Amino acid sequence: MLNFESFLDLALIWYGLIFTALLLYVILDGFDLGVGILFPFAPTDQCRDRMMNSIAPFWDGNETWLVLAGGGLFAAFPLAYAILMPALYVPIIVMLLGLIFRGVAFEFRFKASGKSRRIWDYAFHFGSLTATFFQGVVLGTVVQGITVEGRRYAGGAFDWVDAYSIMVGIALVFGYALLGSTWLVMKTEGETQQWARQSGSYVLGYVGLFIAVVSISMPVMDPAVRSLWFSLPNFFYLLPVPFLTALFFAFIWRDLHKGREVRPFIFSIGVFVLSYMGLAISMWPWIVPTAVTFRQAAAAPESQSLLLIGTVFLLPLVLGYTAYCYYLFRGKASHESAY
Amino acid sequence: MFDNLDPVLLARIQFAFTVSFHIIFPAFTIGLASWLAVLEWRWLRTGKQVYAEIYKMWVKIFAVAFGMGVVSGVVLSFQFGTNWSEFADRTGNVLGPLLGYEVLTAFFLEASFLGVMLFGWNRVSPRMHFASTVIVAVGTLISAFWILSANSWMQTPQGFRTGEDGLFYPTDWLAVIFNPSFPYRFAHMTVAAYLTTAFVVAGVASFYLWRGRHVKHARVMLGMAMIMAIFVAPTQLVLGDLHGLNTLEHQPAKVAAMEGLWETQKGAPMTVFAWPDQEAETNRWAIEIPKLTSLILTHDLDGEVKGLKDWPKDERPPVAWVFWSFRVMVGIGMLMILTGAIALVLHFRKRLFDTRWFQFWCMALAPSGFIAVLAGWFVTEIGRQPYIVYGVLRTSDMVSPVAASYIAISLTAFVITYAFVFGAGVYYILHLINKGPASDEEAYGAHGVKKPPIVTELVAGEGGGHA
Repeated sequence: MLNFESFLDLALIWYGLIFTALLLYVILDGFDLGVGILFPFAPTDQCRDRMMNSIAPFWDGNETWLVLAGGGLFAAFPLAYAILMPALYVPIIVMLLGLIFRGVAFEFRFKASGKSRRIWDYAFHFGSLTATFFQGVVLGTVVQGITVEGRRYAGGAFDWVDAYSIMVGIALVFGYALLGSTWLVMKTEGETQQWARQSGSYVLGYVGLFIAVVSISMPVMDPAVRSLWFSLPNFFYLLPVPFLTALFFAFIWRDLHKGREVRPFIFSIGVFVLSYMGLAISMWPWIVPTAVTFRQAAAAPESQSLLLIGTVFLLPLVLGYTAYCYYLFRGKASHESAY
Repeated sequence: MFDNLDPVLLARIQFAFTVSFHIIFPAFTIGLASWLAVLEWRWLRTGKQVYAEIYKMWVKIFAVAFGMGVVSGVVLSFQFGTNWSEFADRTGNVLGPLLGYEVLTAFFLEASFLGVMLFGWNRVSPRMHFASTVIVAVGTLISAFWILSANSWMQTPQGFRTGEDGLFYPTDWLAVIFNPSFPYRFAHMTVAAYLTTAFVVAGVASFYLWRGRHVKHARVMLGMAMIMAIFVAPTQLVLGDLHGLNTLEHQPAKVAAMEGLWETQKGAPMTVFAWPDQEAETNRWAIEIPKLTSLILTHDLDGEVKGLKDWPKDERPPVAWVFWSFRVMVGIGMLMILTGAIALVLHFRKRLFDTRWFQFWCMALAPSGFIAVLAGWFVTEIGRQPYIVYGVLRTSDMVSPVAASYIAISLTAFVITYAFVFGAGVYYILHLINKGPASDEEAYGAHGVKKPPIVTELVAGEGGGHA
């Protein structure tokens, strides 16, 4: 039987891989959900067509990272999957319904005419908004901790409703809007780009505010997080995270106003990577805070080994042809029906 | 308000609803992707514009169906946890990697190269475009491979042990993946998907012929669809029979329910029509053909076939559902074979493309594949009840700790959402069908760079030999 347990820390590798898959999801689907969030605020229908075209070849692949994160969690940490899904039943189902509405809008919108196109404009916007908000709620709920008894979720269906989760939900809406607007700065021109720049600068302030609130509240609320970040020598190792985040904010602000096209998007991704790292560090070593660690939830080493072989070969391949697609569809998006 | 409802039943209804809704789209897109690859190959090979025009029409329909398949599939990847968390916990070690491989080997491939297929027309060479179509087609088959392997393992589990903690641990991966019912189920489902697509195409082509529109395209479509009906529909009968014999070996209770057979007997009759009564353990209004079931299942007129009464009442599947679903599936299969036979006769009489009643026949059968696929899944999924992992785990023990009321509310939300989305999707697909191939505007453009209508190409295309 295939087993790499003797020479690899499988649970740790998979903990890292799941976080990586989720990070890729947040960045990749983040910008196209962000485009959906900004959608109704665009000045003209032509702008909206361009916005849609700029993400149409990519959204499907982007969303697949969510399936990988979900499927990967089931495969590598089935216990965590079995506890978190019932715990997050309502926000996950609502998020999925949101993703349905925005996903079909890509196909339906260009086939609809006149008034019915409006329906899919709103389906796209509210679907994106709902999915994003509830992804934030899921995040806010998980970091606060889940009630577990034995191997099951033991809380209620609405334990996720609290001010903190809702705030994280709103924060993520602004965060994705930042990714979406800087993506549009890169992928569009003229009126749409001008508007995207303004939207980017507008949401940037909110993103900064929310990151500050979350960064301060996490160590205040949770002594474990506090000791992780503020004990020596951790404090000095981790200091670059907030420092770089602040620096990237300054860069985005400057580049948006100096007329740069690509850099705002790159630095927005940088902000997401850093904030995400901050959260991931605070989660350590939990996979269901604060009940189950990633070691307790780990699947059998045989199972983790089997999927690891495939991942080692297939993940670079997937990243390769994903990059190929982004390269193939480089350049500015047009407003005309793409196909 | 819903607290007197049974959470197990609600979770089952919800899963049955979302998975049934989902399977309609893969059943269509698996066949469509392969057919599109054939069309593009014919186009590159012969240079006949008619193939490209048919491709460009159907790729739009493919995109709509694929989009709906994706969004309904994402739901399923979470529902194992939201609805069946006990099951996820117990079987994660075995099933998790299979689903992980499905995402890594198929989903990314399909999603990425679908973009090239749809939007890459002016950005890549014709060969690369064709390669993308083939990659998407292969991706749909790889996806089917893994998910059917996982499903088949739940039907015929092997290659695992149960730990002291009650969890399943893999002991032999090849035994898990290539479990006994998997090859049959994979072949049966893939062919079912091909036939489903062929009959949709035949229905659409017949609609055009009936209306006298797009006749050149319709003849190609109907011809290709009928090749499938003539050769593949009878193949499906053989595959189905082999699958049935495999089921008899591993899940005899399911076969007893399919046949509506209560008593174990030698020379068992085939029940053509009946109303199986679960409580009374008998069939009402039965019409039987003597000894036929024994002949089909044991290839011997006096072979012994086990009846449902061999199992305790709480180990029997809901008989009427299985019995009737099976008849619907087989009935449609027979109609498909008959269609192929009629097509063959009409072909030799040179009347395949202008026989009015046959056009109505094909239009009526256009949705038949979907019904047969759903009926077939009803047989296999309801037929394995009360087990979720056959003989090992009972469905009723595997449900999530979620109150019935929330499952009822989310079920309602799914029904409303899917009705709306499905309605719109069907509407747009019908719209695309009505519009037909090769409309006056070029279908593709590099991100909206619309090409002017190519009049010369269309005229030359009538002659056939234009590249």
